[in-house]
Amino acid sequence: MGRVVLVTGAATPLGAETARRLVDDAAVARVVAVDVVPPAADLGGARFVRADLRNPVMAELLGVEGVDTVLHLTVAEPPARAGSSRGERNVIGTMQLLAACQRAAGVRSLVLSSSTGVYGASPRDPAVFTEDTVARQLPRTGFAKDCAENEGYLRGFARRRPDVAITVLRCADLLGAGVDGPLARYLRLPVVPTVLGFDPRLQVLHPDDAAAALARATVNDLEGTYNLAGDGAVTLTQLVRRLGRPSLPVPRGVGLLGQAMRRVAGAALPADEAALLTYGRVVDTTALKERFGLAPRWSTPAAVADFGSFIGSGLLDPECVQRVERALGATVGAACAATATGPRPTGGG
Amino acid sequence: MADADVIPIGTRGRPGRGSRTTSPSQASRLLAPRPRGPSKRAAAGAGREQTARARPDASVPEDVDDVVEQAAAELGEEASPGGAAPDPIARALAFLRRRLTGDYEIDEIGFDAELTSSVLMPLLRPLAEKWFRIEVRGLSRVPAEGGALLVANHSGTVPMDALMTSLVLHDRAGRYLRALGADLVFTLPFVSELARKAGATLACAEDAERMLGDGELVGVWPEGFKGVGKPFAERYQLRRFGRGGFVSAAIRTGVPIVPCSIVGAEEIYPLIGDIPALARLLKVPYLPLTPLLPWLGPLGVVPLPSKWVIEFGEPIRTDAWRDGAADDPMLVLNVTDQVRETIQQTLYTLLMHRKHVFF
Repeated sequence: MGRVVLVTGAATPLGAETARRLVDDAAVARVVAVDVVPPAADLGGARFVRADLRNPVMAELLGVEGVDTVLHLTVAEPPARAGSSRGERNVIGTMQLLAACQRAAGVRSLVLSSSTGVYGASPRDPAVFTEDTVARQLPRTGFAKDCAENEGYLRGFARRRPDVAITVLRCADLLGAGVDGPLARYLRLPVVPTVLGFDPRLQVLHPDDAAAALARATVNDLEGTYNLAGDGAVTLTQLVRRLGRPSLPVPRGVGLLGQAMRRVAGAALPADEAALLTYGRVVDTTALKERFGLAPRWSTPAAVADFGSFIGSGLLDPECVQRVERALGATVGAACAATATGPRPTGGG
Repeated sequence: MADADVIPIGTRGRPGRGSRTTSPSQASRLLAPRPRGPSKRAAAGAGREQTARARPDASVPEDVDDVVEQAAAELGEEASPGGAAPDPIARALAFLRRRLTGDYEIDEIGFDAELTSSVLMPLLRPLAEKWFRIEVRGLSRVPAEGGALLVANHSGTVPMDALMTSLVLHDRAGRYLRALGADLVFTLPFVSELARKAGATLACAEDAERMLGDGELVGVWPEGFKGVGKPFAERYQLRRFGRGGFVSAAIRTGVPIVPCSIVGAEEIYPLIGDIPALARLLKVPYLPLTPLLPWLGPLGVVPLPSKWVIEFGEPIRTDAWRDGAADDPMLVLNVTDQVRETIQQTLYTLLMHRKHVFF
């Protein structure tokens, strides 16, 4: 008999895609998708239940549907509802869901999607984070803090229900065709502000790989914590340039950067991303490849290229740059040919 | 100073640190399996008369012909398809285009080989060759490939010695030196960006072991800021060598430790004073006063043209120890002392033979 899977955060594109993949999986009998808003995308054959995780109906739902596997997505931007902050929805929702799971004897495995943001970003961190690196500075705000708190509650749950197989997937920021999130909106700015004097290393994750990993974790009990990111790394400047956009270095200071962002394009940079965009973060995915058995199909540069072709290039179009290069080369070449006997100018760096 | 009888450890019976300066020992030749000409010429040829330069992305060529061939091949590769502009200009334009469109690679540490080879190193080269006239000894003791940990003394108010050692190894040994830096380096704007792009990373066990395991040549200056910022009166007296973390990292990854002694860096900015209160205010370890700085204003930042000697010592092998040796603090501290003592003795020897600070 196949698994009965409960997917939370199913209205997000990633949640919907994962739900569709699970419906097609032979090991899954039924998929119950939950979110507070109706999903924009098709959920395949999944049954959608519109509910808030903070509602006691969740405990009943687990029993009535006979759920044995829970896939809980920590959502970067849960749909707004009056009188509740994002942190409250994420963290209190997780607490309530875990409380319901603890009572539900049928639950056999639980998968949490977290973020590599739990490692924070600081100049005192090692260049590459492994799963057991302890963050020197815990994230204090935003989505990363929600993820860190959720992981904490999950550790408590694991102690109380040792029979449940627990998988935590720490995902890098999503980037690829169709992605819309804080990072994607920031990179869509016509001129991208960066922190003056810093060029952080970044890693991104393509949504295809994220959905594949979540689905794989759900149908195979691969206990443990795994980093999930595209291979390789790019610096922020490099990333912005590859998207064909000019970058604008702004003097340091979260307030200043945030202000500049708001002024330039009306887009706010989340506070927890400011440290990331100053010091950068790269994670080790050896455990993912060796123990989890999944190699991301999209490397970080490939995911960036995919996102680039989706949004189209901006003011610094690569083809345009190449045309200028050819024209300059031809002009200088002609000038040099005219003064062939003169001293050759030296090129170089 | 009670000179302890240093027993070479883990060299499989071969001397761990030799006293000869002209030819490499058997232990070091085993570490550096490249066939070379007469070793005497190799050691002497490492001086400033050696003009042929190898690119670090290929193995070190044997003689000048190979270098010329290789250079020609590279030129052919990089020539622009249009072929209109002369090669140097076309290459410079292509380089600018790659920077503007982000068309280059970095590794996960942030190392940008293209930028390092074509911008940072050429900027340092005149300083090394014309200003400090660096003389290199014992280059053959640096393994040609595979992981190795270079341990050097630190001095000079500004960590110029790290930059110069990188340049020397880049130009004459064809290897990139991946430096381990203090966390202050990665806190400062611009400095942190450049350091990462030049391949440096934070001096921590995780990063050191990661790079050594990947077969990189890693450089560490265990004295840290205590070495760079020591007063001029205490020049060439090594500070404490940290807690020996670098030795543990080398033992864990089984790579040889190459001691490196640098003479000349102490004199570039003689530190005669410090303003601790202002340094604390600016959150830097020290605020230097030199004979020229700040009295001469911007001119004060010109380093004094001391004559430099960089000598690479006999490698200490670490691959023969039993498992778990890295967790034996006694052994680790002994090896740390051994490395420190080797560098200190070499410094004294080099200083004895030095004719003049500036010539």
